[in-house]
Amino acid sequence: MYSYDDYDYALVRERVEQFRDQVARRLNGELTEEEFLPLRLQNGLYMQKHAYMLRVAIPYGVLSGNQLRTLAHIARTYDKGYGHFTTRQNIQFNWIQLEQTPGILDCLAAAQMHAIQTSGNCVRNVTTEAFAGVAADEIIDPRPFAELLRQWSTINPEFLFLPRKFKIAISSAEQDRAAIKVHDIGLHVYRATNGEMLLRVYVGGGLGRTPIIGLAIKEDLPWRHLLSYVEAILRVYNRHGRRDNKYKARIKILVKALGIAAFAEEVQREWQAINAGPAEITDQEYQRIAAAFVAPAYEFLPAQNFDYNTQLFKHAEFSRWVARSVIAHKVTGYAAVIISTKPGISAPPGDVTAEQMEVIALLAEQFGFGEVRVAHEQNLVLPDVRKADLFALWQALDLIGMATPNAGLLTDIIACPGGDYCSLANAKSIPIAQAIQQRFEDLDYLHDAGDVSLNISGCMNACGHHHIGNIGILGVDKNGSEFYQVTLGGAQGNDSRLGKVIGPAFSAAEMPDVIEKIITTYKDYREVDEPFIDVVQRIGIDPFKENLYQNSASPQQQPMEVLP
Amino acid sequence: MNNVIALAQSGAHIVEQDPWVFINSETELVEASAHQKLILPFSLWQKCQPDAVLRGEQQSVQGFWLAPEEEEEPVKQWLAVVPLIALQFPSFRDGRAYTQAYVLRTRLGWAGELRAVGDVLRDQLSHMRQCGFTSFAIRTDKSVTDALKGLSGISVLYGRSVIQPLLLFRRR
Ligand code: HEM
Ligand code: SF4
Repeated sequence: MYSYDDYDYALVRERVEQFRDQVARRLNGELTEEEFLPLRLQNGLYMQKHAYMLRVAIPYGVLSGNQLRTLAHIARTYDKGYGHFTTRQNIQFNWIQLEQTPGILDCLAAAQMHAIQTSGNCVRNVTTEAFAGVAADEIIDPRPFAELLRQWSTINPEFLFLPRKFKIAISSAEQDRAAIKVHDIGLHVYRATNGEMLLRVYVGGGLGRTPIIGLAIKEDLPWRHLLSYVEAILRVYNRHGRRDNKYKARIKILVKALGIAAFAEEVQREWQAINAGPAEITDQEYQRIAAAFVAPAYEFLPAQNFDYNTQLFKHAEFSRWVARSVIAHKVTGYAAVIISTKPGISAPPGDVTAEQMEVIALLAEQFGFGEVRVAHEQNLVLPDVRKADLFALWQALDLIGMATPNAGLLTDIIACPGGDYCSLANAKSIPIAQAIQQRFEDLDYLHDAGDVSLNISGCMNACGHHHIGNIGILGVDKNGSEFYQVTLGGAQGNDSRLGKVIGPAFSAAEMPDVIEKIITTYKDYREVDEPFIDVVQRIGIDPFKENLYQNSASPQQQPMEVLP
Repeated sequence: MNNVIALAQSGAHIVEQDPWVFINSETELVEASAHQKLILPFSLWQKCQPDAVLRGEQQSVQGFWLAPEEEEEPVKQWLAVVPLIALQFPSFRDGRAYTQAYVLRTRLGWAGELRAVGDVLRDQLSHMRQCGFTSFAIRTDKSVTDALKGLSGISVLYGRSVIQPLLLFRRR
């Protein structure tokens, strides 16, 4: 993985000192809260319901065992013993004291980590997918590009006060697992027929209040121009993005207002003025960074392993876990493993305790090359496990409650912190996720229902990406009470799509029934093993709607609609 | 007292006697003395320049400022005769002037004094400096001595800026 050099170290160290000084000035009143706010946000510090929340960057989702131990240490020392992994390759700590943050940042810096630009109106942590570098369907490792972008965007003086936050995701596999089309800029790296690395650039995607799928602005950008092209987009956005209304300040609104063609023309004009010469990435620099991501020393292993096959055959539970959690690796004899952070009622989606982090760090070293990844679905991933070790790994994960075989299934819920932590929430998210997880504890039922993504957000900021869940749940406030609106048919990945609202919202108590009815309808209509999303695409939302609203004259629904 | 910091060869310093008076509107212009050095809105500046200045044959005594939504391109032909250009930060959170400064410096070749005015605060000064500003009218309720500390910022710049046109990897 990427290791800091003197420049990287100097930058994070100086940044910690700078923030220490800013915190001191805030505490002695030299800085007003208004002046301090953007400074602390650019260091990942939010003010939440109960305390400050610190969001730490996990660039392109890669963690070393030691970094994970550092996070465990922070969780134990400064928080209540756990951290919360998010959909954008960050970890959040919810119980932080302002005075402690410089110390925490110090601790992070020592482990080559930081919280720079994890919030604020600037370029946020650049994300990729959890299987970068190992996925069997990968074209090019996206991590060197993500690291180039991380460096370029870090404290880039021109772009620290943009109209709004700015999110970039990059992927380079046949399947997009980084949700690139719902980012402000989404990048897909591929190879031209002559072998040259090219980028397909999407712009103007995003969820929130106005969900929009990004549009392709450039099909074949030579990789050397990555930074200049992003610079051109940011410059156009910085100049012309709306600042009068924070809900209309995202680049997606600008792209929509101008139309993609006119926007592309503006970017092209800007790009032509800067793309030559010093803005180009050199071969040497690409090689230098890519060298940090060269494949570890894999062994030559046979494709088939007798013990593994026997274990699969003998242990139904193990083989069930393998079916959901083990992902094809590009190296024979190896696999990537999803560690579910969704055990059900015992922990909210994405929550991992300090002890679990420490065990996972150890397992990563014991069964891999010491690396852990953070997935968009709020799960963790061990990227390089020998198939022969899967059984032992599974047993070890089971001991810490992280062997739930539900990756990709209905209970693998993405949920934002919602009303339990977030001061912006209209409704709770975590208890809804847990009630649904509890209802669908039965593994046979769950596996029979197959791939379904269920995403929950506690308000329309859409942190839980509810629009692109096959089933999306959005917390809404109706006259001071919490209700939930359901969307169907959303999807992430190559075929990213926004879900459609199914009808009037439901009460919290109704939610497990609602989901059950949706799954029953799906099962009634599916042909052989047709996945949930395909059925929704084929039959539309009406059959689901009928089944949900026809017989269930739920008392809450009717009056709700007539109230203002 | 304008609370101004300026960059010079010798380093950054507090300007003891800043001559410039910032003018917002025509009314303010009427009130200001004709002998003072004024920073006028660009449209007003154009209106009150002698013909020789407008023809580019004589230096102007007055500078002008651009609002964040104004384009830089139209000022191009006056760059040779204007002594100072100011860019507005209506709020320190409004970053448009960083881009304007960048374009003025790198594309239009403005080499004279570029001043940051408005909500100009200590913690943003190093970014402004990187984007090519050379003087800073610090918000008057803030200590200018204190603000001076904000200019240094962070010593590592990965990307490039007006004062550092090469990406870090080209400087290694
Ligand atoms: C309590 C802490 C949090 C706060 C205060 C917060 C705040 C926000 C806000 C205000 C937005 C809307 C921005 C906009 O659309 O312009 C947003 C969007 C988003 N948040 Fe959070 N968030 C929090 C936690 C999380 C967590 C835990 C996750 C991941 C599970 C997350 C992931 C996202 C994502 C992916 C979006 C993007 C929606 C888009 O594409 O527009 N956030 N957040
Ligand atoms: S979706 Fe809303 S409630 Fe949930 S974390 Fe984001 S801002 Fe908070």
